[in-house]
Amino acid sequence: MSRKNALDLHIPAPNARPGDKPDFSGWTFPEPGDTPRPDIDVSPSELRDYAYGLIRVLDMEGNALGAWAPHLDAETLRRGLKYMILTRAFDDRMYRAQRQGKTSFYMQSFGEEAISVAQSMVLSPEDMCFPSYRQQGLLIARDYPIVEMMNQIYSNKRDPMRGRQLPVMYSSKKDGFFTISGNLATQVPQAVGWAMASAYSGDVRIAATWLGDGSTAEGDFHAAMTFAAVYRAPVIINVVNNQYAISSFQGIAGGENTTFAARGVGYGMAPLRVDGNDFLAVYAVTQWAAERARANLGPTLIEHFTYRGGPHSTSDDPSRYRPADEGRSWPLGDPLERLKQHLISIGEWSDEQHRAAQEAAVEQVREAGREAEKEGVLGTEGAHPAQSMFEDVYKEMPWHLQEQRKQLEV
Amino acid sequence: MATMTMIQALNSALDTMMARDSRVLTFGEDVGYFGGVFKVTEHLQQKYGPKRCFDAPINECGIAGTAIGMAVYGLRPVIEIQFADYMYPAYDQLVSEAARIRYRSANDFTVPMTVRMPYGGGIYGGQTHSQSPEALFTHVAGLKTVIPATPYDAKGLLISAIEDDDPVIFLEPKRVYNGPFDGRRDRPVIPWSKHPASEVPEGYYKIPLGKANIVREGAEMTILAYGTMVHVALAATEDSGIDAEVIDLRTLLPVDIETIKASVAKTGRCVILHEATRTSGYGAELAALVQEHCFYHLEAPIERVTGFDTPYPHALEWEYFPTPPRIIKAMRRAMEA
Ligand SMILES: Cc1ncc(C[n+]2csc(CCOP(=O)(O)OP(=O)(O)O)c2C)c(N)n1
Repeated sequence: MSRKNALDLHIPAPNARPGDKPDFSGWTFPEPGDTPRPDIDVSPSELRDYAYGLIRVLDMEGNALGAWAPHLDAETLRRGLKYMILTRAFDDRMYRAQRQGKTSFYMQSFGEEAISVAQSMVLSPEDMCFPSYRQQGLLIARDYPIVEMMNQIYSNKRDPMRGRQLPVMYSSKKDGFFTISGNLATQVPQAVGWAMASAYSGDVRIAATWLGDGSTAEGDFHAAMTFAAVYRAPVIINVVNNQYAISSFQGIAGGENTTFAARGVGYGMAPLRVDGNDFLAVYAVTQWAAERARANLGPTLIEHFTYRGGPHSTSDDPSRYRPADEGRSWPLGDPLERLKQHLISIGEWSDEQHRAAQEAAVEQVREAGREAEKEGVLGTEGAHPAQSMFEDVYKEMPWHLQEQRKQLEV
Repeated sequence: MATMTMIQALNSALDTMMARDSRVLTFGEDVGYFGGVFKVTEHLQQKYGPKRCFDAPINECGIAGTAIGMAVYGLRPVIEIQFADYMYPAYDQLVSEAARIRYRSANDFTVPMTVRMPYGGGIYGGQTHSQSPEALFTHVAGLKTVIPATPYDAKGLLISAIEDDDPVIFLEPKRVYNGPFDGRRDRPVIPWSKHPASEVPEGYYKIPLGKANIVREGAEMTILAYGTMVHVALAATEDSGIDAEVIDLRTLLPVDIETIKASVAKTGRCVILHEATRTSGYGAELAALVQEHCFYHLEAPIERVTGFDTPYPHALEWEYFPTPPRIIKAMRRAMEA
């Protein structure tokens, strides 16, 4: 055979690497307000275009446009903004706490705050969230005490997880927040199962789950999509496309030739793609998906198009694989700034109020930090009696664990 | 009392629990309308409706993952993995999730689910329908592992598993689904109806997890076995003329160490049987436990008779299977030591 037509392996690569100019020229977005809002009982087959478009409400001047504008009162908008400000201040402090050696690890949600905060506000506190590790905004917008989050991060003696989990792996059943796993995407079929159980029980609660663009390549995501579609589970599956897994860009997860929302098309699931930095658009699509699920019309896949503003975690240095100023050039802006702009443009907010809110958040975080640190930071001796490691493996401790616990006593 | 095969007893356990508790539901591949490839869920869909007994997509990760979510919600799902050989796509969900959710959430969330799967060889199933993966579960903190050997035990243990508040792996020895196969291939299989343990109450009863059963009392040695191998152990004992005490472990984790200790202290000899591959098999754990707890009572080295460390060979399964002659050789070695 002639080598003239030799095959060549394609390895996806991003447009820009360190030293290059950030390049988003290949992307075109619909104008804010341009996307119509379908009825919630629309058939998924009529939503194909939504999988490739982008639902946007806010323009870059802060005007809310089009059918998706959720028409929230100013008080709700201010609450959303304050939760986002608090989430960012919290992340900032915890990032530095890790650098100061108070804990081993931290993960910020910088740039993605609109997603978890808006969605938390739409969902009922009784609904169950199955998050990944970058949705701290869910807890914050459910008014979960940030000092408890810090206790967890510090694995101190008041850590609700009793020192067993890596920092940021919160759990709070009473706040509808499922225990976070370190194994990517495992929560997605679990959320579907929870939603199926709710439907089975004739309940009114729905489930929602989050995973990153990188994690959509896991089999669990596809298992979950199959089950959600087959049994029309009342669940919202959120793909947070922040463009990166750790160092690999979203093309490595299959985002080069299609969108992540388009995964829904193949499964016959309602797919929506939304500007994840647009608080109003995220709020509106979540309302739509939640109404649809509550009306027993089945699941929705939402791709939130956003940008991971910070490093993957405190163990990561993104300057080694992407242009340093890429985040600042992100064409869809900063979610906090955009909501702030909107509130100012409707005369419900001002720069002074914004500064005051930021200062109040920093103070609130500082105060919580002081309180948490009184209970110790990672490595404080005696935070958890060693014997406690044998508890909760099973409901009742079997003989072999009792025996191993005794071995520890000597 | 009715006479039941193990399949009928398992079906009766599910029926009993579904009638008692609306939180119990069951699903898996071909489990719904058809009643499962081994018929363990037969008639349940007709009786309880398709929401309580239904077919699942061929995706073990999804079956396990959604069952975990259901259990977290507060239901008591019983899932069927069509063959234990196909549990590997579900393994991460079982090991990293089901087993650890109570622990990692400090008791905030729990997973009361039961994972049923037929296991073991002797049916010409080849390497993809014959495996015994029990050690892959007993090695995992947070899971319980149960294996019945008779219809009576199968029902009582399955009911206990369903009522247990922790995830339970329930391995069903498919070679004895329809009769107590004793490893003597040259003799006709005796149906369950000829075996006293096929007398199964129609209603609710439980056999506690973590309690072994002494199926034959004996003075000269202790044989530790579970599943199909219990019946093979009895046949080997009969053929050998050695007065062995045969213990059916029933639960592998947590194992009934007291019964093992008392028996080996009495007999001073121990032979361990399983069909699974040998190296790092559950027999290694049993041997270690016997050594730790009974060393000064032992009069001979502990013997293991197991499957070989090869995939289960289709045409050579009788060479692979630990049949009575191989077991008897080990018993004699133990007696002569
Ligand atoms: C099953 C599994 N594989 C690999 C990892 C290691 N890991 C942790 S986070 C991560 C990247 C995930 O990226 P993405 O899903 O896009 O989420 P993001 O961090 O961007 O929010 C990887 C590879 C893991 N935790 N679990």
